[in-house]
Order: sequence, then structure tokens, then C-alpha cells
Amino acid sequence: MGRITLDKVRKAFGDVEVIPPLDLTIEDGEFVVFVGPSGCGKSTLLRLIAGLEDVSGGEIRIDGQDATMVPPAKRGLAMVFQSYALYPHMSVRKNIAFPLRMAGLDRAEQERRVKAAAEVLNLTDYLDRRPGQLSGGQRQRVAIGRAIVREPAAFLFDEPLSNLDAALRVGMRLEISELHKRLKTTMIYVTHDQVEAMTMADKIVVLRAGNIEQVGSPLELYRAPRNTFVAGFIGSPKMNLITGPVAAQHDATTIGIRPEHIRVTEGAGDWQGTVGVSEHLGSDTFFHVTCAGIAEPLTVRVGGEVDLRYGDTVHLTPDPEHLHRFDAQGLRIA
Amino acid sequence: MARAVTTQRKALNTAIAWTVGFLIFFPILWTILTSFKTEAEAIANPPVILFFDWTLENYGVVQERSNYMRFLWNSIIIAGGSTLLGILIAVPAAWSMAFVPSRRTKDILLWMLSTKMLPAVGVLYPIYLLCIQLGVLDNRIALVVILMLINLPIIVWMLYTYFKEIPGEILEAARMDGAGLKEELLYVLTPMAIPGIASTILLNFILAWNEAFWTLNLTSVDAAPLTAFIASYSSPEGLFFAKLSAASTMAIAPILILGWFSQKQLVRGLTFGAVK
Repeated sequence: MGRITLDKVRKAFGDVEVIPPLDLTIEDGEFVVFVGPSGCGKSTLLRLIAGLEDVSGGEIRIDGQDATMVPPAKRGLAMVFQSYALYPHMSVRKNIAFPLRMAGLDRAEQERRVKAAAEVLNLTDYLDRRPGQLSGGQRQRVAIGRAIVREPAAFLFDEPLSNLDAALRVGMRLEISELHKRLKTTMIYVTHDQVEAMTMADKIVVLRAGNIEQVGSPLELYRAPRNTFVAGFIGSPKMNLITGPVAAQHDATTIGIRPEHIRVTEGAGDWQGTVGVSEHLGSDTFFHVTCAGIAEPLTVRVGGEVDLRYGDTVHLTPDPEHLHRFDAQGLRIA
Repeated sequence: MARAVTTQRKALNTAIAWTVGFLIFFPILWTILTSFKTEAEAIANPPVILFFDWTLENYGVVQERSNYMRFLWNSIIIAGGSTLLGILIAVPAAWSMAFVPSRRTKDILLWMLSTKMLPAVGVLYPIYLLCIQLGVLDNRIALVVILMLINLPIIVWMLYTYFKEIPGEILEAARMDGAGLKEELLYVLTPMAIPGIASTILLNFILAWNEAFWTLNLTSVDAAPLTAFIASYSSPEGLFFAKLSAASTMAIAPILILGWFSQKQLVRGLTFGAVK
């Protein structure tokens, strides 16, 4: 079981409040991703849950038990660090067995569990190596192995993939998702990469300056961002946010339209613009179009291969179904 | 760094380096040579360097006159004991300063070092009186404690610098894995800091072994280490250079051998962390 509840949890370093009082419930078995720009307090929040930092106020409950003052070792949580944080002087086997050794399990049981974890993570051939002799991806697997052997109430991941190269990152992303499906254990995952958040999460928590901006499933956040910050943060490429007279026509201070919700025509359309730089990804093409009366160039997604060139004149029409409207405070207008 | 160095230049540098090295080593060499001379040859003018009648007579006399093994044993106990005790105290101290620093940590470190700036003789009187009051004059355990205290700032400083090199996340990982403070220090921090700890032990063992001020002032017979053994051969009545040299050679031999075999470890430890 791993239901984690944060009740008015607050963290200040000296006079600086990095996390204002915050409430959050993470249900048992959920895959929750904390996402936000760097410095938004997502790692701090994770460390508060882990017990590596002390809260300045509020209460943390794990499975209904008050864990606010419980040391990290006694919380029953496992953590995977960005730097892997493997013990360099121990073999892979000893690294993975370390939490079991600390828990006082007998040797046979330790060996059995290490073997099982190594099999799951394809580490069987590397058990006698030292971390220094492994590649980045293998080290990450060892770190995950060390976390899973003790069957924790929840896993905490602190940007675990950011030290890996792009190809490996996609692979590990799938492996972690797969692991979650199999173990059905609560996972809390911190990242600044919204693609990781969108692809892995059951529930995304978007943070800015220690505040929760929105909590919801990836599609909820994609379809109905609560404010302009979430609108701009979730989705790749970013949602186009337009202010000024164009927005006023829709009775809003800011309107948002995703690149995939703009229709491109050579004839008539709502906005006339000039094609700028284009990015061809094969399956999709993204055009940056500068429109009269709109400050920033708009990003537009066009499926497949489209023959538009730099300097061509095009007309853009936003899909009214997918037009997001925001008020002067940046909040969504229903 | 690329630069042209001529062969002559290299030869000159080598010659200078060897000369300086030889000059530094010369007093020790002279002592060792003198220990094999007769008393007459030892004070001969002009001095004889190599061509004299080599004799072991001085060593025999020294061994007869005083019990070398007892002094050696005292030196081992005092240097080893104070170093080990110091390490036991310094590891947790350095751990807390390196990994859970407070606003005062830098001040504490500096304050600890500042005690080394105090001339030892300045506290001789109070410490001497304390020893008398406690009845521990000429006592090995008292000397172990005093030398430990004298060297503790250096031990803490050295360990602190080594510990600073260890990423905090690894210790946090240990905490998450269920390690308490004791396990964290024992199974994670200490093994990772072994090169640093080893060189700290070595250096402090050498410092404690060579320490003469406190050992000479606070011991007479029972707790006297090799420094006192050497000192007992320098007398104002008559100088017995050859015997003094024999005693000195016997006193420095163990530490010289230890230093020789551990030089690699010592250099590695002292430069540990200097370059990432």
C-alpha cells in the first residue's frame, strides 16, 4: 500500500519560502509526475516526502500514518536519484542487496531477491561488476534494482533519466512504465521534461514557484489547462498564446491554440501570415508563421509532406472547438 | 602545456633537484653513518665520510644501557593510540561538518585550526599541573589523550576535505535504503573515504611518533617513547656523538621504513581531491 497525503506541507529555507502550504493526495498505485521548470520546488517536494528534508510546517501521511517526523530509513519508500548514487565500492550484487542487508534479511533471501530483480532488469551478467564498469543505462537499472528489491510502499524518482542520452531515455521511459504496470506500486516521478510527464503519468502535478498550478491526468491538462502557465508548459511544441486585439475578438485577454488545431489554407482564413522557418519531422511538419496583428510567430502542425516554402503567404484558421480562452489573470474562461 | 625544453636544461634541472634532495637527506645520512663510527672518528676533524672502521659497537652499547624495546613499545602505543582515538572522534565530527553544515561550521573549523597556532609551551604549565593533580604524569594513557587532542584539528581538517569530495546523494541513498547513522558511516562513508582515512592515519602516526615536546616534558621512565630515548643520549657532560647517532638511527628506523612503504599511499592521500 502506498497512499501518500500532504496536508498544508510547507518548506522554507531561512526566510525564503520555497513551498507555500500545499495539499496533495497521491492514491495507492498511482503514477504521479511532478513537473515544472527548474527551481519550481518539485525536487524539494519529493525530498520532503522522502524525509531527506524536514518540513517547515504541515503533515505528511503515508498510508494514514503520520510520517512527518519519521526518518527516511523508516518511511518504507525507495528513491532513484538523478546521479544514480550507487555505492562505488560495492559490486552490483551488493548494491542491490544493500537495502535488504539493512533490513536484516538472511543471506539466502537476499540472494533470491537480488537474482529476481537482476533478471527483471537484465542485470544478471553484471552482478559482479562495480558501478564504475557499467554504462549509464546499466547504472540506472542498478539504481532501480536497488529500489525494487525491498518492495517499498512507493518509489520516488528524482529526474532519473536526465543523465542519459536521448535514445536511452525513451527506452528507460518505457521500462519504468512497464515496471509500474507490473508492480502496481505508487510511483512519484520528478521531471522538467513534459514529454516524460505526458507519456508516463496517471496524474500530473504542474508546479510553479512551489505552488501547484494544476493536478490532473495528462489529457485533462492537455484539453483544459487551468491557466496560461499550464497551457504553455504542457504540450510539445508549445501552445500558441495570443494576446491583444485578436484575443479580444474572442472576449478574452489571452487565447491559446495548439499547433495541431490550426488549419492551413492558401485561400481564405482568419489570419493571414508569412511562412518562416519550417521543421520537417517526416510524420509531421511544423511551420512558424508570422501573422499580422499577432506579436509572436505561430507554430502550426501540418501532417506529412506539405509543399510550403519560406516566404509563402498562407491563411490560418483556429479550430473553435479547441480554442482556449484566458482572462486578465491568466485563468481559464469556461 | 607544450614547451620546448633543451637537453642541457633538463640535465641542469635534474642536477639541481638531486642536490636539493641530497642536502635535505644529508643530516639523516650523516647520523646513520656516524652511528657506525667509533667515538673518536665521530668527532674527527676533518670529518671522515665513508672510509672509517665500520663498527656495530655503538648499537651494542645503546642496547645494553637502555631497553630499546620498551621505548619502541611506548612509541607504538602512544602514536598508534592517539591516532586511532583521534580518527574515532574525527570521523563523526568531519561527517557532520561536511554533510550537515551549519552557519558556524566554517568558524568552528577555523577555530580548531587556530589552536594549532598557539605555542605548545604556552599551555605546558596548566597541563603539567593537571597531570600531577590527576596522578597521570609519566602515563601512557595520558599521553595518548594529550597527543590525540594536539593532532585532532589536523585529523578533522584532513577528513573534512576528503569527505567534501563524496557526493551527498550517495549518503542520502543509503538513508533511503534503510541505513541508520551508524550503518551510513560504517558501510558507505568510511569505505569510500579509505584512501583519505589511510593517509590521515599515516600522517598523524608520523606526527605523533615524532612529537617531542609533550613526550619529553610529561614522561620520565614508564611512558617514555623513542624521543625520550634519543634525548637521554645528549648530555651536557660529554658528547657521545656515535652513541647518540646509533640511538637516533634506532629511533627513526621504524617510521622511516613505514614511510618508505607507504609513500605512494601518502602522496595519493595528500593530493586526493586536488584534481577532479
